Amino acid sequence: MSVVIKPRLPVAARVLAGAALAVVLLYVIPFAIPGYLVSQFATVLVFAIAIVGINLVTGFGGAITLGHAAFVALGSYTTAILVVRYGWSPYATVPVAAALSWVAGWCLGFPALRLQGLYLALGTLVLSITVPPLLKRFEAFTGGVQGLNVGNPEAPAFLPIDDSQWIYFLCLAVAAVLYVVARRILSGPLRRALVAARDNQLVGAVMGVDRANLTTATFAMSSLYAGVAGSLYAMIVGFVSPDTFNVMMSLSLFVGAVVGGITSLNGAIVGAMFIQFVPIWASDIDVALGGLVFGCALIVTLVVIPAGIGGLGERAFIWLCRRLGWVERAEARRDNIAVTGSARNEPA
Amino acid sequence: MSLLGLRRMRAGYDARSVLHDIDLDVEAGQIQVVLGANGAGKTTLLRAISGTIARQGEILFDGRRIDQLSARKIVAAGIGHVPQGRGTFADLTVDENIRLGAYLRTATEARQDRERWLSFFPRLRERLPQQAGSLSGGEQQMLAITRALMLRPRLLLLDEPSLGLAPIITQGLFRTLAAIREETGMTMLIVEQSANLALEVADSGVVLESGQIVLRDSARNLAGNDEVRRIYLGYE
Amino acid sequence: MTLFASQIVDGLADGAIYASLALALVFSYRSTGIVNFAQGEMAMLSAYLVWQLMAWGLPLIPAALVSIAVSFVAGALLYASIVRPLSHASLLTVVSVLIGLYLALNSLAGFIWTYTIKPLPSLFPKGHFRLGWFNISAETAGIIIVVAVVLLLLYLLFETTKIGLAMRGAASTPDSAVLVGVSVPLMLLIGWGIAAALGALSGILVAPRVFLNPTMMFGVIIYAFAAATLGGFDSIVGAVVGGLLVGVVENLVGTYIPWIGPDLKIIVALVLIFGTLLIKPDGLFGRSKVVRL
Repeated sequence: MSVVIKPRLPVAARVLAGAALAVVLLYVIPFAIPGYLVSQFATVLVFAIAIVGINLVTGFGGAITLGHAAFVALGSYTTAILVVRYGWSPYATVPVAAALSWVAGWCLGFPALRLQGLYLALGTLVLSITVPPLLKRFEAFTGGVQGLNVGNPEAPAFLPIDDSQWIYFLCLAVAAVLYVVARRILSGPLRRALVAARDNQLVGAVMGVDRANLTTATFAMSSLYAGVAGSLYAMIVGFVSPDTFNVMMSLSLFVGAVVGGITSLNGAIVGAMFIQFVPIWASDIDVALGGLVFGCALIVTLVVIPAGIGGLGERAFIWLCRRLGWVERAEARRDNIAVTGSARNEPA
Repeated sequence: MSLLGLRRMRAGYDARSVLHDIDLDVEAGQIQVVLGANGAGKTTLLRAISGTIARQGEILFDGRRIDQLSARKIVAAGIGHVPQGRGTFADLTVDENIRLGAYLRTATEARQDRERWLSFFPRLRERLPQQAGSLSGGEQQMLAITRALMLRPRLLLLDEPSLGLAPIITQGLFRTLAAIREETGMTMLIVEQSANLALEVADSGVVLESGQIVLRDSARNLAGNDEVRRIYLGYE
Repeated sequence: MTLFASQIVDGLADGAIYASLALALVFSYRSTGIVNFAQGEMAMLSAYLVWQLMAWGLPLIPAALVSIAVSFVAGALLYASIVRPLSHASLLTVVSVLIGLYLALNSLAGFIWTYTIKPLPSLFPKGHFRLGWFNISAETAGIIIVVAVVLLLLYLLFETTKIGLAMRGAASTPDSAVLVGVSVPLMLLIGWGIAAALGALSGILVAPRVFLNPTMMFGVIIYAFAAATLGGFDSIVGAVVGGLLVGVVENLVGTYIPWIGPDLKIIVALVLIFGTLLIKPDGLFGRSKVVRL
């Protein structure tokens, strides 16, 4: 029987770390930094949700998608149309956006995931390119080129916070729920099945994994994440227009996922901050700089730290725990297959 | 002096070593056969000689060290390798396969040699414009050999030429190889699992077991050796 | 009828451009199994290089030739510096690096030459001439002729020369190519060089029609993807036929289905790509591969 050494923090360290995280998320970001940054951090959370979706489908499902902006657009426009055309409350549109993008992901994933890796990347890329012109077509619904004015949801009167703090907390709550859900998905036998199907289709098949079905389900789940992200995005910006959801958004999300660490859920937030703040800072210097930094970051990350910043952080954490003796010995269970490192979807 | 000499040669894949301290001499003009079970290291031996895998120790070809040379340089030095599974260019035509065999030689030399080798394999002449992938197993083997011959090698390495062929075809193939040796004096090192046909045309042979040479003798003696007969020739 | 015929001819001219870029994709794919997502951006930089050389005083044709030659070298360098070291990397790594390259090159053009559009003169004279019963512009005819000549040269290279044969052998069965003395890396290097040169040609043909700008190849590369997919990513003939088909279909759809219009024409590419991959994944001319698990 093999034994694995798992990091285990002492109770005091856990409480301390939890408290520090809570202070940053619940106090520092919403209350202690300038107001305009608060809604930017809300956007970071939204990107992080979409990136977790990419982690699921690309990192663990092994299917490279370059078109997630299409599902973000679907979520955004679901919210916008329901609010503007049908007078719904914006909050009520979130589950609808989630459901619709899940269905769309399933319908599209079904044919798309039968394609081999490279073709899927190509197909999703082209899909994401057709979204803005398509959105401009159905003007009665989508508002055409002008887009739709959703408006920002207002903070309830009984709470002593302003609108941007309110939307931040809303995004934080949704992101927290979706993060936990992703953790659950990736902690059980499903992770084993996914990894088996990703790394070696033959082994997966022998283990009884129906790869096509499994990956379609993962694709649908990841679309749901993108759709929810889109719905929240519409509320933050207060406005949707077709050209927001261009191929650059798709590629940005992909960059965020890789830079953060394609198999690192914790890295998603790092990746999201990267794609939110780098273009803002870079454009102060030169309009073209953002893309240049994105491109170089993608290449450098893959060459220097293939596991991404998140993956690097997780390793550093494990190393630190070992040094400090904060470890526990546990019986190795078969579903603890190591999946850190680079995502492979080809047999060696 | 032998044409090919291996001195304490070791080889393997990545960390896994397959061959241990092989000493082997192949005399010029001889056909030597390497016998051995699956996994004994026969294919590895040929790959090590032709430089397609990493190897250590000394490999002398015509008195010259070739163990530091790249696979391409070794080809240029005059060692032709017919790999296991034939390795023809499946989507090129038979004619193009043969032309590509003469890649390192001039067009005039190639034209002369082509006629000469095709006279040994008349079946190929009828197949010249066909795609190599559409040939039968025996024809593909002939093509692979012809392609290697186009280089006009001084040493021809053949990796299980009989693999997947009917015995009658194999027999014809070995007779042709013997005829080529008769006419040109070409040296050959043949790896074989079905030993009886190979021993018929060979001058000498070695038996490889778990990456080491355990027996070396003349082909006649090997064919008469009880243990060899039992293990490799299928006689009880 | 005349409109229809001229749409077809215009479509063929567009298609010839798509074909040359699709051929570039096919060359890199055949030699290394990689779809070069950055091929269009490399072509865009080649077109900018022509503009820059002309700004420095070189006439158009020599500038174009120099740019094509420089692109050949750049493609070879790309192979040697990035693609070859990645030959054992996972698909995700390769795709990510090429997407990174795409983003970086796109911005690099904006960084050097800004985002304001620049005119690039056409290689061909203005004006039309009558061909049978309809007019054809000199540019349309010129594009078709130039691409046809390039195709002929490529055909001669691959079918009649030793090095062409060696390149085909290296792409088909690299292990055996080594055994006949072919330097496989050199052949792949040349393959990537030719791909970049073909891309440069497409960029130089496109630029006068749309003005030079960093996003000018964006639509073209998508149609080239569609063309290569339709024809089969490993088929040279397929890339040409696919390119011409895509060009004609795209023009006809844009003209005869007003709802689609110029901006949504790109949906033709989407439909063709998904349609091909679902119905005949290897494309019209591609060989089906046995997948080794």
